[in-house]
Amino acid sequence: MTLSGLLVQLLNGLVDASSLFLVASGLSLIFGVTRIMNFAHGSFYMLGVYVAYTFVSHMGESVGGFWVAIILSSLMVALLGALIEIVILRRVYRAPELFQLLATFSLVLILQDLALFIWGPEDLFGPRAPGLTGSIEILGRNFPQYNLVMIVIGPAVLGILWLLLNKTRWGVLIRAATQDREMVSTLGVNQAWLFTSVFALGCFLAGLGGALQEPRIPANLALDLESIGTAFVVVVVGGMGSIPGAFLAALLIAEVKALCIALGTIHIFGIDFPMSKMTLVAEFLIMAIILVIRPWGLLGKPQATARNDHSAEPPLRPSLPIFKWCTAALVLALVLVPVFEETFPYAQIILVEIFIAVLFAASLHFVMGPGGMHSFGHAAYFGLGAYGAAILVVTWKLPMELALIAGPLLAVLGALVFGWFSVRLSGVYLAMLTFAFAQIVWSIVYQWDDVTGGSNGIFGVWPSDWLSSTTALYYLTLSIMLAGILILRRILFAPFGLAIRAARDSSLRADAIGVDVKRVQWVAFVVAGLFGGIAGAVYVFSKGGISPEAIGVGRSIDGLVMVLLGGVQTLFGPIVGASIFTWLHDSVARETDYWKAVLGMIILLIVLIFPAGIVGTLSHLWQWIKHHRPLQTKKVEASK
Amino acid sequence: MSKVLYKLLIGGVLASSFVASASWAADTIKIGEVNSYKAMSAFLGPYKKGWEMGLDEINSQGGVLGKNLEVIYRDDNANPGDAIRVAEELRTREKVSMIFGGFLSHTGLALTDYAKRRKMIYLAAEPLTDKIVWENGNDYTFRLRPSTYMQVAMLIPDAVKLNKKRWGLVYPNYEYGQSAVATFMQLLSKAQPGVEFVVEQATPLGKIDAGSVVQALDDAKPDAIFNVLFGADLGKFVREGNTRGLFAGKEVFSLLTGEPEYLDPMGAEAPEGWYVTGYPWNKIDTPEHNAFKTAYEAKYGEYPRAGSIVGYTSIKTIAALIKKAGSTDTDDLIKAFSGLSHNTPFGPITYRSQDNQSTFGAFVGQTALVDGKGEMVNFRYVDGADVQPSDEEVAAMRPAN
Repeated sequence: MTLSGLLVQLLNGLVDASSLFLVASGLSLIFGVTRIMNFAHGSFYMLGVYVAYTFVSHMGESVGGFWVAIILSSLMVALLGALIEIVILRRVYRAPELFQLLATFSLVLILQDLALFIWGPEDLFGPRAPGLTGSIEILGRNFPQYNLVMIVIGPAVLGILWLLLNKTRWGVLIRAATQDREMVSTLGVNQAWLFTSVFALGCFLAGLGGALQEPRIPANLALDLESIGTAFVVVVVGGMGSIPGAFLAALLIAEVKALCIALGTIHIFGIDFPMSKMTLVAEFLIMAIILVIRPWGLLGKPQATARNDHSAEPPLRPSLPIFKWCTAALVLALVLVPVFEETFPYAQIILVEIFIAVLFAASLHFVMGPGGMHSFGHAAYFGLGAYGAAILVVTWKLPMELALIAGPLLAVLGALVFGWFSVRLSGVYLAMLTFAFAQIVWSIVYQWDDVTGGSNGIFGVWPSDWLSSTTALYYLTLSIMLAGILILRRILFAPFGLAIRAARDSSLRADAIGVDVKRVQWVAFVVAGLFGGIAGAVYVFSKGGISPEAIGVGRSIDGLVMVLLGGVQTLFGPIVGASIFTWLHDSVARETDYWKAVLGMIILLIVLIFPAGIVGTLSHLWQWIKHHRPLQTKKVEASK
Repeated sequence: MSKVLYKLLIGGVLASSFVASASWAADTIKIGEVNSYKAMSAFLGPYKKGWEMGLDEINSQGGVLGKNLEVIYRDDNANPGDAIRVAEELRTREKVSMIFGGFLSHTGLALTDYAKRRKMIYLAAEPLTDKIVWENGNDYTFRLRPSTYMQVAMLIPDAVKLNKKRWGLVYPNYEYGQSAVATFMQLLSKAQPGVEFVVEQATPLGKIDAGSVVQALDDAKPDAIFNVLFGADLGKFVREGNTRGLFAGKEVFSLLTGEPEYLDPMGAEAPEGWYVTGYPWNKIDTPEHNAFKTAYEAKYGEYPRAGSIVGYTSIKTIAALIKKAGSTDTDDLIKAFSGLSHNTPFGPITYRSQDNQSTFGAFVGQTALVDGKGEMVNFRYVDGADVQPSDEEVAAMRPAN
């Protein structure tokens, strides 16, 4: 590669940096003020591309018309964002931390089907930007004119945001709210409208980021999920809430990727290694490294704890006899299911699916709820357990029974390593580090064809003969699930469980009474990893194989959704959440072509009706009925 | 309290969802269909229309064995695990006689393995991976569409004729892209010794950094480029390549780009002079295809895509299969399927007895801009039987069952 080639590749990197920054800056802004992890941010970006396609196709023939169309599209997206904030998100601000995530997750599903409904399934390639259709020569190479404009727009937006945040009263309020939103509210600032304006601005930036891509990429339905992962990475690497940090991070990531592509195939120790394949994982490697060295990102500050954190978390109580009897009855009912095979031939198959989801959700809940560490990458352990078992059977020819036990040990190994780094962080940074590890695991699995089967995965891994019938597999899964849940429950009521909960509620006090906080958290991480791995190993034998999809970010998110849906503060919540979510997923998809929207709306409805998760809200209600306390007192208490 | 509600809920679930299908109508033959409708809607919409039209034709002519065919289709969410779940549902609850479908390689391979496990016939309609009929092939799985190997082999004669020395490769970084490139390198090196592959770009699926990739290819100064990108990646790549002049003076060979699914979204941006495999739907002038096209356009008011042909032909294969077997018993079906011949819009095809791959072919030609949109010109139909490795090679790859 020549020097001039390298320079132009760095210029290419600047173009991508600008695109990344626009999306990430909005996400960072929204998080900084509202503390919402906005999963739907990528969806607003996608809508930006689509709306711009429509506007530019209709009015973008002149130079002026094109730029008006871009601004109009961004404003449309901002308007939609404001509307969603007012109608939906305002109702969930008071919910426990992370619960808002469920609402934004449902928005992803709904907005995607909305785009499908309006624009149809085919990719839509819009016209080029008038006046900027050609290229100019830089160092002997043709460089697209429009890309030069993109390079300028990134820093320009950064400058405007800086002015807005530092030189206006609104900016002062935003910065104040980023530091301490309760104080801002106490000083008489109307928080509701402040949040709405920030959310609208964030969506405007996402829409602008999308609209500016219109001349470069076809509008398609995969843009939302493609952009959201990278946007989160940029925000976290830069430091949550820091706009200049996001810019720096976007620059770093885009340039590293451009370099990987520019280097082409390199030779290390006589082995040809195509560096272009690294683009799949580059940003996650960067994030993992940055978070290990600088726990709060490049320009971030330690996260101020929101004052309502865990305020409503009551201690765990052993279950009442009536609860135990109900559980026993339920288990008995489950044991009897195969008797009715003739009438309900599909029951065992879907229940096996549910049992695996329940075990997975319960293991995630262990580290998330009592552990207080929000793992966004729990799929990693599911995946390591699954691949461990599958590789043992296929490559090492171990019997299935042994693989079922030994496979999850790989998950334990993973949890040991990832947990050691993760417990040194907290809050959202911990969440994102776990996410980075999960993505690294995924991309290794995805690319290591000889061992993991690459993108196709491993198949032909069926259970031993004595377990080959549907019913035998059903009982096996049922017993593993029950054992797993009982053990996890037992651990939570053991002294170790008390230590975990103490470490979560106040790590200083726990430390003072002699709990080795980091170590306890690390062990909790490993325990959760083990049971996640077991769920993965069982999954392999129930499906006859495993593929990268099953261990990707989708499974991590599904896990979070299950736990939050049921209620993170109860032990029974994840079980209910996993059951309902899996069943909904299965049955809604059969009924309608727009099943994502339907699923999204059901989740949204649950979020609005049960602000503490299904089980959480119901048990609050139960407590309230039992004590005949007037509703008013409770409300006042909750808002304190 | 919550416990009770949970039980009630489970009760409701049992009652509403697990009950075996009420339709005990014995006068239909049920066929299961599994595909990634939601994730790949642009491709599978036309495919579904294709098999729906074929199904209507079959049933309006009296069905098969005196019964109507009934297709029960399910979405697999582009996930092999879900594909297995819905296949199990089709088997246990719907009691289908066989399954067909699949678009992505990994769901296709999962269903291939499932077919062997449950001893159920699976017709892989769309997935391209060679493994379905070779490394992972089995007696229960048959495939309609020309495989990755066949599609690549179709392009080789033209590539050899041009005799270019320096080649650049660009492909999506997963099995389809990797195996297409591996086959291309292997076949071209054999036919044209001394050929060099000077640059290789593996891009993340759906997330190509088009500018950097185009420049990296250009900097290596290849004489010709072999491309496996498709969909949104292809669009980005072509637009950047056009602006930066990557394609000027270089020959480009590209898999599948001549299919309307991939060519049409590019509009006026469509590349000119590329050698592609595809489906020139508006220019094929044979009685079989004209009949198909007229019926399709009359029924749906839109032109057929490559997927429409595949869907339509799949269900026709199934009807011909059951008719030949005389029953829906799996053993009879296997016997009938091997060597099964029937007519399609592309002419007659046969399911080869050596690897269960059909001889369904594809069109090879060059792209051109006609009236501001891409079309295939100078095309010819390549029969699938003519682009296969030798029977010994196939036998060596296929496991003994």
